[in-house]
Amino acid sequence: MENLSAKELRDKIAAGRISSVEATEEIFKNIDERETAIGAYINTYRDRALEKAAEVDKRIAAGKPVGELAGVPVAIKDNMCTVFGPTTCASKILENFHAPYNATFVEKLLSADAVIVGKTNMDEFAMGSSTENSGLKQTVNPWDRSRVPGGSSGGSAAAVAGGLCFAALGSDTGGSIRQPASFCGVVGLKPTYGRVSRFGLVAYGSSLDQIGPITHTVADSALMMNVIAGHDPADSTSVDEVVAPVCDYLEKVDEPIDKLKIAIVPEFSAGADQQVQKALTDAVDIYRGLGAEVIEINMPHLDYAIAAYYVIATAEASSNLARYDGVHYGHRSENAADYIEVYSKSRAEAFGKEVKRRIMLGTYTLSSGYYDAYYLKALKVRNLIRGDFTNAFEKCEAILMPVSPTTAFKIGEKINDPLKMYLSDIYTIAANLAGVPGISIPCGFDENDLPIGLQILSPAFTEDKLLRIARMYEKENDWHTRKPTVTN
Amino acid sequence: MSNEVQYKVVVGLEIHVQLCTRSKMFCGCAVKFGQPPNSRVCPVCLGMPGVLPVMNKQAFEYAVLVALALNCEIADFTKWDRKSYYYPDLPKNYQISQYDLPLSTNGFIEIPLEQGRTKRVGIIRAHLEEDAGKNLHPAGNFSQVDLNRTGTPLLEIVTEPDMNSGAEVRALAVELQRMVRYLSVSEADMQKGQMRFEPNINLVITKDGAEYKTPIAEIKNLNSFRALERSIDYEIQRQLDEFLETGKTMDTAGKSTRGWDDDREATFLQREKEEAPDYRYFPEPDLVPVELTKEWLDDIRAHLCELPITKQMRYVNEYKLSDYDAGVLTAERSTAEFFEQAIDAGGEPKRVCNLLTQVGLKLANEKGCGLAELGLAPENVAELAKMIAVGQVSATAGNTIMQEMLKTGKSPQLMAEELDLVQKSDACELETIVDQVLTENTKAVDDVKSGGKKSKKALGFLLGQVMQKTKGRANPKVVSGILAKKLG
Repeated sequence: MENLSAKELRDKIAAGRISSVEATEEIFKNIDERETAIGAYINTYRDRALEKAAEVDKRIAAGKPVGELAGVPVAIKDNMCTVFGPTTCASKILENFHAPYNATFVEKLLSADAVIVGKTNMDEFAMGSSTENSGLKQTVNPWDRSRVPGGSSGGSAAAVAGGLCFAALGSDTGGSIRQPASFCGVVGLKPTYGRVSRFGLVAYGSSLDQIGPITHTVADSALMMNVIAGHDPADSTSVDEVVAPVCDYLEKVDEPIDKLKIAIVPEFSAGADQQVQKALTDAVDIYRGLGAEVIEINMPHLDYAIAAYYVIATAEASSNLARYDGVHYGHRSENAADYIEVYSKSRAEAFGKEVKRRIMLGTYTLSSGYYDAYYLKALKVRNLIRGDFTNAFEKCEAILMPVSPTTAFKIGEKINDPLKMYLSDIYTIAANLAGVPGISIPCGFDENDLPIGLQILSPAFTEDKLLRIARMYEKENDWHTRKPTVTN
Repeated sequence: MSNEVQYKVVVGLEIHVQLCTRSKMFCGCAVKFGQPPNSRVCPVCLGMPGVLPVMNKQAFEYAVLVALALNCEIADFTKWDRKSYYYPDLPKNYQISQYDLPLSTNGFIEIPLEQGRTKRVGIIRAHLEEDAGKNLHPAGNFSQVDLNRTGTPLLEIVTEPDMNSGAEVRALAVELQRMVRYLSVSEADMQKGQMRFEPNINLVITKDGAEYKTPIAEIKNLNSFRALERSIDYEIQRQLDEFLETGKTMDTAGKSTRGWDDDREATFLQREKEEAPDYRYFPEPDLVPVELTKEWLDDIRAHLCELPITKQMRYVNEYKLSDYDAGVLTAERSTAEFFEQAIDAGGEPKRVCNLLTQVGLKLANEKGCGLAELGLAPENVAELAKMIAVGQVSATAGNTIMQEMLKTGKSPQLMAEELDLVQKSDACELETIVDQVLTENTKAVDDVKSGGKKSKKALGFLLGQVMQKTKGRANPKVVSGILAKKLG
């Protein structure tokens, strides 16, 4: 059963050939066997999940209609608000925080009859590229337990790769879905900014955050998009469907694109490891073999993406995280003498090092006298990067590049060198700045048997096409069918 | 060179007006005063993790309507910004406000001065923001926070420092209050904090031919028009005394914040030498900018009405009412509208005014309701005014009829007859009575005829006798005519 994709499982459950309870029990058996080793989850909800599974099974047996993800065990990242269990953001400051409402996309998952297995580990407040910044636990890469799963959605990627759920949701502010997906050998999609409601996603960088699926296959990604995409009146930045209609992403996912025109950015991609570059070149050849025209383009401003990102994201974060002050909810210091100390001590005690670093960076760049030099300049760079994409997409339908310069690195390797860690997102950040969708799909393994990811980017609101382009490649390979072996 | 000390008072205002929309600025909670603490809150106004604001369109329209009434330039593109500061009554620790692109700028308000004159006070800007909650400090070593008010739509209006006395500031405050009430966008009750004024005041002193400016003081917590006016008068004297004693000027001392002690009727120092706080404004990424189309603006403009000051001036110029009467009739929109309906129904303005101010409003006050709610028909008031004008009833009788009309709802004609208050203007009938009086008072008749000092007094006496005999119903003009003829 574990080798089934989410879509295959869904079809079998719907056909009555497997029950959701069986599938859910199988997942919890895997969790029992492997979770101690992988550490993907902050909390799991066995009883809840089995109850929902039984309910779905009952409805199917009775011939009643069920949702698009009926009975499929899925995981969500722990920065997604649910009325059940805590929503911790892997932070001590929210360790015991219980949200009083469900995020819009959680509601959508539930009404699609998905079975939510648990909430996954992450870098604290989604700040990081290795999940090492979790304030609560360590997640490892199922392919090599001495390595990181990537981040910040490392728990979700490891849970999918390790067979601890059939699909998961992650959030991507600068690569947090795509990079861990590539490190763990699974498919990760960051949709266009505005395609999926952010209501109920604990904000990190509000103008960059976007929710997306982490799955075994491209079709699963399409299936998840069918459930979560669409306008939400509670999120003013979610796009009006009259302007950008959603579609059935699954319906045509197997149809290749005729006369596909793709672009590569050789100068920019040259910074990646040899093996990563080789995998990219091989992938490009596959597309050529499928009849695609490949052009080389230059995107001159991508070099400044990391700098712009760390100004904009941290500025927004410094403001978004101001509310965790010990006054209304979350950790409150017991050593505070007055309300000012309630703020300073609660925050000093409960925020991790990287979160503090980013809050300080953001506070600094927004301060009077520095705003123009940093924040305003970063916004200008962001516009130039958007321009690079606009120009590029006049010449092609998709851009291919690496997801990350390396495959999964060792735990502890970069944690004390923030700049080195930040570079891990060099290829993914631009899509967030420009708001365009990007997908990471497995495209090979390196000499250490670690998965390599291929990143494909397409114009805003063309996820349907992006998925079809990704699927064209997936059909020619079996990388996505390989599974790591893990036991506790 | 004169040794005399002369000074000019300079006052500018920062004004906050709560808008009486059905729901809050960025969430669906009801805007309601005087509810149990924290009973009008939801995850959004509580600033819970993961929530997003959605703009209240009605609040925006109300704000634009006031800006139009303030003769402001209305921006066709306006955006939201975050203003950061930590305070327990501000759950997100930032306030959604407007910084560099407010919805309106550069207007003015006309305020009434004595003797029918008006003064124009410049408006620098008016923008929309969300109100904070309230910190409560009960006895004990803790404070409480009530967040019912959090997120109430708040219009901030900043005036030019164009006012030169406490009386002018009060006049502006009263004018603004009746303006927003006319527009039905705020209840503007100062006691309830629905309208709050923070004056910035200093003096320009001329001494020994040189000019000095005293340090600016900002006065807070003023919750009545009286406090507003008194605090400025107090501050004028205090700043003058301080200057004469210490020679402090705005170059040698910084701006200070002072509170108002209602019991002692004095301002007191709260914070001194305040540096401009760094609010780290930046564009609110969770909201989209507002683009105000011409059609939308026209729709809003259609809700404008004739403003109270315009009405007041018109009543003085067109209807020749006194300043005072015009002020009373325009204090509330419903009163003014009632008055105008009675005029439209043919009532003579001055007489309608007298009926309304001497009887109608007095009764409305006693009942604690508006004039329009008394159940009085404007047509009946017009009819009564006409009856007085043609001498069918006396002015005194008119007031009595008005009172009785309010009780019974009957027409003035019917009331006059029922109460037997119709004036006797029939010369023949009155002549008989006059003859009778003349026979009975020969001494007085002689006095009149003899002319000189006693003549006038005696004539008055005879007239009085006629009125007594007719129980006040004789038309004095007709009686005087008969007397003149008989004794002439």
